[in-house]
Amino acid sequence: MQHLSIFPILIPLLFGAIMLLPPISRDINSQRITSIVGTLFLLISSAALLYQINTEGVQLYALGGWQAPFGIALVADKISSLLVLLTAFLAFCVMLYAVAGQDKGGAYFHPLFMFQIMGINGAFLTGDIFNLFVFFEVLLIASYALLIHAGGKQKTQAALHYVILNLVGSSLFLFGLGILYGTLGTLNMADMAIKVGQLQGETATLAKTGALLLLVVFGLKAAMLPMHFWLPKTYASASAPVAALFAIMTKVGIYSIFRVYTVIFGDDAGELANIATPWLWPMALLTITIGTIGVFASPGIKTLSANLVIISSGSLLACAAINSEAATSAALYYMVHSTLASAGLFLLADVMSRQRGKAEDRFVRSRPFVQPRLLGFGFAISALALIGMPPLSGFVGKIMILQATQSSAQTMWVWPLILIGSLAALIAFSRAGTTLFWRHNGSVAAEAEPAKITEIMGIGLLLLASPILVVFGGDISEFTQQAAHHLHDIQASAYALLPGVAQ
Amino acid sequence: MEGLYAFCVGLLTACGIFLALRGRTFSVVIGLTLLSYAVNLFLFASGRLKLNAAAVLGESEQYSDPLPQALVLTAIVIGFAMTAFAVILAMRARADLGNDHVDGTLPAQPGDASKKSGGSQ
Repeated sequence: MQHLSIFPILIPLLFGAIMLLPPISRDINSQRITSIVGTLFLLISSAALLYQINTEGVQLYALGGWQAPFGIALVADKISSLLVLLTAFLAFCVMLYAVAGQDKGGAYFHPLFMFQIMGINGAFLTGDIFNLFVFFEVLLIASYALLIHAGGKQKTQAALHYVILNLVGSSLFLFGLGILYGTLGTLNMADMAIKVGQLQGETATLAKTGALLLLVVFGLKAAMLPMHFWLPKTYASASAPVAALFAIMTKVGIYSIFRVYTVIFGDDAGELANIATPWLWPMALLTITIGTIGVFASPGIKTLSANLVIISSGSLLACAAINSEAATSAALYYMVHSTLASAGLFLLADVMSRQRGKAEDRFVRSRPFVQPRLLGFGFAISALALIGMPPLSGFVGKIMILQATQSSAQTMWVWPLILIGSLAALIAFSRAGTTLFWRHNGSVAAEAEPAKITEIMGIGLLLLASPILVVFGGDISEFTQQAAHHLHDIQASAYALLPGVAQ
Repeated sequence: MEGLYAFCVGLLTACGIFLALRGRTFSVVIGLTLLSYAVNLFLFASGRLKLNAAAVLGESEQYSDPLPQALVLTAIVIGFAMTAFAVILAMRARADLGNDHVDGTLPAQPGDASKKSGGSQ
């Protein structure tokens, strides 16, 4: 079906809008049912889109019938449809968790959640760089409001930093776009990729300025080193379903880096070929280092998971810096794994902190859990996945990244840092696990509530994804290799998307 | 014309960045507003500056590029909404945290032992 590629944007938009209108807006239970149905629809249509892309190839959807490069086009290729499916699955699991009661903390949780998903899916699917900016803003404004969902001093404080940083980021994004439009005369990514090779002299320098401004903006979203300070506090203070959904937000930044600096400023960009690589190398390595330090310094399990997000961002940036098909393929696999595993840990951390009374999620002696076996099992799975121990998906993802290094210099830098990062996670998780599960005093807290059945289902689905990623590892890595090949092949990722343009 | 225009954009950006780096939310919001003005002017100029050129074909001898104008319109709408949100958030932070500092706590003044601060301390 030709309209399948716009469904991931339309479904959340429609469901979000319906939930703002009476009678559904008045009743939280009907909002919950609508949200579950909406995310289920989204999941089905994303899976159908992925299947269609896999059998029939890339889909170009010209909005309003205006052909690219004059109109805005949605491009559903293997990478974007994989990430849209990932978003849909994450949204479904997180929504299952949220309907158990976390959505009651403030008004409009369900519509905002839907609008955020719409923004994320739009950012993955669009083929126009200004449209990417618009979808960034859609997902950001929804995330601003979701972040202060359920209120509290810490949330306001974190939200203030997050909002101001991202507003400055949006301004820089527009400056970068203005420069690129002024030099290239187009905003369609495929068209830009073709035209950028012809730039020379001072125009090329100007375009380079714009391109590197965009790197700053994407780096801010992806928590690249100097711009990562907002992340631990924001993720640790957000309410659990929001933090779990935010696990995909850094990946939007990473995806944009891959899309822009592989397709537009990639190998075929003439004077501007691979301009981001010299910047990405030190930033990626330093991001892994600072994440590792953060893991050691984390006082609670939410901060620990936020710092693990920084390590995974750093590893993905290192893949972007290696800049080869194997690295991109490894990054895609690792992206799917780390999004689902860290979202699972954020949700699990919330269940734990609700059962520990005043100790919340901090690593201190506390009352025992109500459901120690269930939580212990979940904690063990997510810890194994995030550390990167066999037999779960983190191991496979990290092996793929390590194998993707090309020269001995790259190996010398990437291997120790990623392995030390894993060791740090191992130490932090062992310390966390012994304190959380074995150092108890007193009896079960009176106000502790056992996890509800939908919460367990949501976490269970997220954690189940890790073994599934290993069992079907061969098929999935073959798919990511094809996707990476498509991204690195300028013929497929640029010329084929513009009807009437030949190389 | 180009020189004057570039100077205006540069001045607005410089003031915007200076104010956005200040410690109080009010000046930060003003800084963000100036920055968004600067960016709107900048985007408008990305289609080159021309005199007596309409964006509609046939209305004038030369024609100007209509796309930057559409981009500016989008940027203005988004920038306006974001500024409104930032203002409300700043007021909420003032109410929740008890002061208008972006970090939620007032930095310690030398010789000021009994500093009054809100936030989670």
